[in-house]
Amino acid sequence: MIENLGINYEEAVAVILFGIGFTMMLFQRNLIKKLIGMNIMDTGTFLLLASMGYISGRKAPIIENGIQKTEAYINPVPAGLVLTGIVVSVSVTAIMLALTIRLYKRYHTLYLDDIYALSIHEQEDR
Amino acid sequence: MAFVTNLPLFTIVLSLFSGVLCFLLKGRAARRYTIVYECLLLVMNGLVLAYTIRNGTFTYVMGEFPAPWGNEIRAGILEALMAFVFLLIMVCAVVSGKRYVKVDVDESKINLYYALINLMTAALMALIWTNDIFTGYVFLEILTLTSCGILIVREIGRTTLAAVRYMILNLLGSGLFLLGVVLFYDITGNLLMMSMQEQIAQLAGAPGTMTLELTLCLGILTMGLGIKSGLFPFHYWMPDTYGWATPTSAAILSSLVSKAYIFLLFKIYYRVIGIRIFESLPLGNVLFVLGMLGMVFGSISAIRANNINHMVAFSSAAQIGYIYMGIGLGGLAGYTAAMFQIIAHALTKSLLFLTTPRLAEVSGDSLKFRDLQGSGIRNQSAGYCFLFGALSMIGIPVFAGFSSKLLFALAAVDSGSGKKLVLVMLALAISSLLNAMYFVRTAIRIFTEPQEKGRYKAPGRKQARGLKADYLVPMALLIAANLFLGLFSWVLVDLIQKGLAMFG
Repeated sequence: MIENLGINYEEAVAVILFGIGFTMMLFQRNLIKKLIGMNIMDTGTFLLLASMGYISGRKAPIIENGIQKTEAYINPVPAGLVLTGIVVSVSVTAIMLALTIRLYKRYHTLYLDDIYALSIHEQEDR
Repeated sequence: MAFVTNLPLFTIVLSLFSGVLCFLLKGRAARRYTIVYECLLLVMNGLVLAYTIRNGTFTYVMGEFPAPWGNEIRAGILEALMAFVFLLIMVCAVVSGKRYVKVDVDESKINLYYALINLMTAALMALIWTNDIFTGYVFLEILTLTSCGILIVREIGRTTLAAVRYMILNLLGSGLFLLGVVLFYDITGNLLMMSMQEQIAQLAGAPGTMTLELTLCLGILTMGLGIKSGLFPFHYWMPDTYGWATPTSAAILSSLVSKAYIFLLFKIYYRVIGIRIFESLPLGNVLFVLGMLGMVFGSISAIRANNINHMVAFSSAAQIGYIYMGIGLGGLAGYTAAMFQIIAHALTKSLLFLTTPRLAEVSGDSLKFRDLQGSGIRNQSAGYCFLFGALSMIGIPVFAGFSSKLLFALAAVDSGSGKKLVLVMLALAISSLLNAMYFVRTAIRIFTEPQEKGRYKAPGRKQARGLKADYLVPMALLIAANLFLGLFSWVLVDLIQKGLAMFG
């Protein structure tokens, strides 16, 4: 068990990062901290994907010096998935920040509990 | 290959283009374009449905790259049926809610609203058709973003707060789903669902091997999609999200978006894991228990609500519980019941969410129960539509709700386990009773005159006529579909079972 952790330390770190991000997102009451947690969580997943996709001693799949053996290169798909994931994560972060700005302008606080308390007292319309 | 086999891809790509086009159009033109376009999509999906009924399932290979490398779309009867029902509800919601979009959305942004609707259609279609798990993830995120978009177009503080809470939970769900996908990719080395299934079948060839690993990965994935679709302990975002959105958005979010997540999850069970291996994992029992808890606790929360939209939203939580209970129950009968419930609930819930604002309209724009007293008399058509929806939700015979409850009961008998049979019957009885309590109470309230007479004036003749044109047709469609499911449920059950046979 422990030896396996030593060999796969990248994966272990990735899962720990994911856990940190996940709990931050669940339990932090401050919106900005929640967003930071979300980014840490996503980074953990990307680290997992990237570390699984890399095989030490091999190169990026660009043909060099005419070597066409598949054993010389790594699989490009995980890297492609990481890129896609980063794009998604960036756009989600952008929209969340926009929402946070809108809430801050209205309620002048970033704490969700306070915002909730304030919004209850607003006049209820349809 | 027949031309029809191209249509599933067209529904996705054309919807994306329509989204861009709506950015360029003016508000009113965008609305008209969207309605016409969604009707066209409905016809296209009807063709696909007819083709799959005649010729069975087909796989569309994109870019002609063969199986382990390319990206695929796969259509069978079940997928085509879901796509057809989803689009029908989409058209009804857009047509019937357009007056409220005009009121709720800033005039310069109306075209953006319809652009979001089109992008959402693309995401819904992609989740239904795709055969590639990572494509599923990408469109899942697009669905999340667009659903947040159609929520916050109504710029009041409450929708923004609801959107933030909705997004935070959804992003937790997406993160877990992505982690699950990555773990499965690590195990199998494939992203196409069928190739993954082959690998998993090899790895877990003898029953009992790989149980822990598969349960863990699948558990992470299920938790992600469970959060997103509102499975029991994660259902508390529903009332605020559905309660304050503009009616079209509320109908779409409650009846389509959460169902699309469940359909994707079900597809992963069927295609990625293989249904036989899934049934050997303990995960089904967890879903079974959580589903039943959702049925009871959702209804209890609905009874305590003091706002009609919150009540209808909590009843969604209960109905989602039914679907998960069906999946957890297992067996062909259980899955059929779950799929039937997806369709039945989608039809009924959109009807209710499109009706409640019309009741509120004649009650001083308030959704509180005490103001709604007698609103069914002031606006009779809306009152009767609500009554229809409520009766279906309770499970009165001839309505869709009854058929789905009957199917769940039959599935429980089929499962052959006495413990499950007793639990399902108990849960169905308690849940129906609770449903009846709050829906009958509401129906009585909206059909009794308020004590202080003349508090709200009945709408003038002219206003009442203006209501009808764009309202009665979609409502009639939804009610007709509901009655069809209630009276001729065997037609749909037959289709679903054929679809499930070719689904794996």
